[in-house]
Amino acid sequence: MLKVLRDLFRHNREFAAGSILVLIVLGIVVASFFSPYPPLDSYVVPPDIPPSWDHLLGTNSRGQDVFWQVAVAMRNSLLFGISVALISRVIALVIGLVSGYVGGMVDRVLMSINDTFVVIPLFPILTLFYFMMHDHMSWVVLAVAMASLGWPYDARLIRSIALSLRNREFTTQSIFSGMSTRQILMEEHLPYVLPIVFSTTLNNINWSIGLEVTLSVIGLTNIETPTIGTMIYWANQHTAMVAGIWWWVLAPVATVIMMFIGLFLLSVSMNEFIDPRTRLARMGA
Amino acid sequence: MEEAALSVQNLRAYYVTGHFGMQREVRAVDDVSLSVRKNEIYGIAGESSCGKSTFIKTVAAAIRPPLRVLGGSIKYSFLDRDLYDLDERKLADIRWNHLSFIPQGSMNVLNPVRRIRESFQDFAFPHMGLGRSEFFDVVNRHLERLQLSPSILSAFPHELSGGMRQRVAIALATVCRPEFIIADEPTTALDVVVQKDVLALILETQREIGSSMIFVTHDLTVHANISNRLGIMYAGRLIEEGPTREIFHDPLHPYSRHLVASLPRIGDLTPKIALTGAPPNLAQPPSGCRFHPRCPLATDLCRQASPELTTLSSGRRVACYAVASAPATRPMTNDRMTNDKFKSF
Amino acid sequence: MRSYLWYLARRFGQFVLVVFVGINIVFFVTHATPIDPVEQAISSATQFGQSDPRAVEIMRKALRELYGLDGSIWQQYLTFWRRLATGDFGPSLSAFPTSVSTLIGQALPWTAGLLSTSTLVAWCVGNFMGGLAGYYRKNRLLKGLGIVATGLQPIPSYIMSLVVLILFGYLWPILPISGGVEMNIHPGFTFSFLGSVAAHSLLPVLSLALITIGAWFVGMRSLVSNIVAEDYVVYAELAGVDRHKILTSYVMRNALAPQLTGLALSLGGIFNGAIITEVVFGYPGLGTLLVRGVNSGDYSLVLGIASISIIAVATAVFAIDLLYPLLDPRVKVR
Ligand SMILES: Nc1ncnc2c1ncn2[C@@H]1O[C@H](COP(=O)(O)OP(=O)(O)O)[C@@H](O)[C@H]1O
Ligand code: SF4
Ligand SMILES: [Mg+2]
Repeated sequence: MLKVLRDLFRHNREFAAGSILVLIVLGIVVASFFSPYPPLDSYVVPPDIPPSWDHLLGTNSRGQDVFWQVAVAMRNSLLFGISVALISRVIALVIGLVSGYVGGMVDRVLMSINDTFVVIPLFPILTLFYFMMHDHMSWVVLAVAMASLGWPYDARLIRSIALSLRNREFTTQSIFSGMSTRQILMEEHLPYVLPIVFSTTLNNINWSIGLEVTLSVIGLTNIETPTIGTMIYWANQHTAMVAGIWWWVLAPVATVIMMFIGLFLLSVSMNEFIDPRTRLARMGA
Repeated sequence: MEEAALSVQNLRAYYVTGHFGMQREVRAVDDVSLSVRKNEIYGIAGESSCGKSTFIKTVAAAIRPPLRVLGGSIKYSFLDRDLYDLDERKLADIRWNHLSFIPQGSMNVLNPVRRIRESFQDFAFPHMGLGRSEFFDVVNRHLERLQLSPSILSAFPHELSGGMRQRVAIALATVCRPEFIIADEPTTALDVVVQKDVLALILETQREIGSSMIFVTHDLTVHANISNRLGIMYAGRLIEEGPTREIFHDPLHPYSRHLVASLPRIGDLTPKIALTGAPPNLAQPPSGCRFHPRCPLATDLCRQASPELTTLSSGRRVACYAVASAPATRPMTNDRMTNDKFKSF
Repeated sequence: MRSYLWYLARRFGQFVLVVFVGINIVFFVTHATPIDPVEQAISSATQFGQSDPRAVEIMRKALRELYGLDGSIWQQYLTFWRRLATGDFGPSLSAFPTSVSTLIGQALPWTAGLLSTSTLVAWCVGNFMGGLAGYYRKNRLLKGLGIVATGLQPIPSYIMSLVVLILFGYLWPILPISGGVEMNIHPGFTFSFLGSVAAHSLLPVLSLALITIGAWFVGMRSLVSNIVAEDYVVYAELAGVDRHKILTSYVMRNALAPQLTGLALSLGGIFNGAIITEVVFGYPGLGTLLVRGVNSGDYSLVLGIASISIIAVATAVFAIDLLYPLLDPRVKVR
């Protein structure tokens, strides 16, 4: 495993770039635990100072240090993204594996529903959801809501792999040796789909963070929890760009972009590593 | 003797791949020499992945990475120089006019989103130097000769049956009346009845145009019906060659003997002897004679040195130390090189 | 022909399913959540100063009827569908007495224009360049574009719009960054009006196109690099078919159908992106209207926009499904 990672790092530029970006962001996230100021307190430092040695990324109009704000916000956003990704992975796995393995009518029905969820525009629905929740909205509720809407793309992917596994010899063998469907899915098929599940997880984290940022910036989440989105929200509330406090906006935006690109590159290189076809293409190039 | 239609000397073509820092070489065609006479159908046989298609791609100048030609020469009678000394333009000129290709898998060789008419236009029109209506007159006449209705021109590939598509592919490959035709398993995916028709069609077309032909299939019974001479490949090498009838009657190489013996024959009740072991991995072929791990007659010599393809007094060629009339052995220089490479693995 | 109709019937079935499931989710969200929009409206109306309990009761009753929240849950469900079918969401509370349908009707063309322009541009340019990059794998310039496309792909719409806004609004302010058209121009087919509309749409269109163009580029590139190994391409090259013809009619042409399917599947996401981008640029479409509805507590408006969005996207997907057989003749037999 370690050797694979090392080889990937050496010979796959996407992997190398991706892991460096993600490591930088993770470094910032870990640093958040050593923040000298409580994240929610304001006016702990002089406001509106541009980046300097004392305050690496400057301070904002609420008297907070932007670097430490970014660190805490990124930690929360990442945690949020991971939660959504994990919950929706469970749904995607169950639907994908069952659909691919059982096939027939079940498959057709599940995939129709799946395609339906792919098409439905989520943003207006989540907006309506906020409208009907207001103060009852917490990030856990939002995570569950987004997870129950954000699984279909990956369920389809998992299904296509399960479908190809279904006709392999070892599946037939397991059926003859009397394993139950649940056992076959859990013990025989799951290990095959896990790599692709891992790579979809990375993309789903991106998707969730992106949507959370959007909802927060518009003020459709609990704006008291510091996340990348709420941070930009407060910056907008103080018209930071117009007032020339550009670092207040730029710092969270740059950090989250590093995260997006980093995770995405990791998933791209994982897919390439898994998929024999792109591997062949790479050999040919 | 008459000039050969195609003469191949010491051809070597490997798949060279590098991934995550690992180099790999698949020696799919390793030192093959043969020549095809004018008007002849030269058959190439051998089990799956012995390098038949790779050989075909190489003589058809259809090389693309990771496949590479590492050595040897390929000369056609209609060319004044080696095939690989031609530039793109010249190559495009000889294609279809002089050299054309009936591919394996009729299922996939026609563009699924293009009508047959457009395929004919793309493939043959630039080579014929005719006006549009003259061109389609020629195409229609050609189709009729092959007993295909010109109405198929307006069909999409998926609207035709597999046998029909294969016939269209043959028509497409022969419409310019090429001097040399290369066919790679053209009947493999078809069911037996259709197979017979398609074979007859190929044979007839070849006779009518008077072209020479290389015909590849792993199916020996097909060779019995179509090939004048037969070359048998094993693990990237040509191991026996001779008139088809003689090889069927009296195979010399142990591998050919096995192939011929395992053919179904009416009334034959002798038990078939299965060959032990699997065909070698061409990324790491065995030392010496590549057949030795599976050969019942293998000796120490076979394990160390590689038998050269030697011409016997009968004019047949075979690469085996055990064949009685073979002259004294002399391992070839580049084989020794290969062997040395192995030791360092 | 029969099979073509069968294909259409199946796609129409999917359309119905999307609308049905989507609308049910909307109904579920409005009914399984803690906030009662009627009470919400009353409490914001009575926020300042006390009011007569009788008047409140009358107001409550009126609002219940207005919102279709009378009677049992089943009656409410039926009312909900009936209103949807007639396109009648009642008057908007925040723009009383203008009806919600009128507001949506005014906003929808802006969103549709933004969405279709940017999608068309991004899809065509992304696919064309990606196709070239997949075919000419060694070209330096195309490799560079590939890196840019890969970097663009994961950026979500809000962040992209924000970056574009910062670049062209503050760092290099050459284009209008807010609104759909200049305030003091009369609408009509005049040069200045249309010019102003075009200028105002440039930045939103640009950021929307940037969001998706990377995905089309990368998707097309990988499709093409698989297609070039297909037998029909190899065979055409073997036959010496003209290179340009191979690239266009053989390679790219065969990648278009899957990319069109990709477009249909990502339309929901693209729609999200469009309304988010509108919010950033204050573009007078559905997105801006939606946020206005939320901020002014306008239940009917938010509900109406959510429902119409689902129907609009489902319809657009169905329209793409109708186009699909043009690109892939095989659909008729499947
Ligand atoms: N693109 C490729 N990359 C690497 N190895 C290949 C490739 N294509 C074929 N090979 C290998 O080359 C050998 C010969 O293949 P091929 O010429 O297709 O055999 P045949 O046509 O006799 O079945 C096989 O071992 C096969 O695995
Ligand atoms: S050379 Fe030796 S190993 Fe090879 S076929 Fe002949 S007898 Fe068998
Ligand atoms: Mg082959």
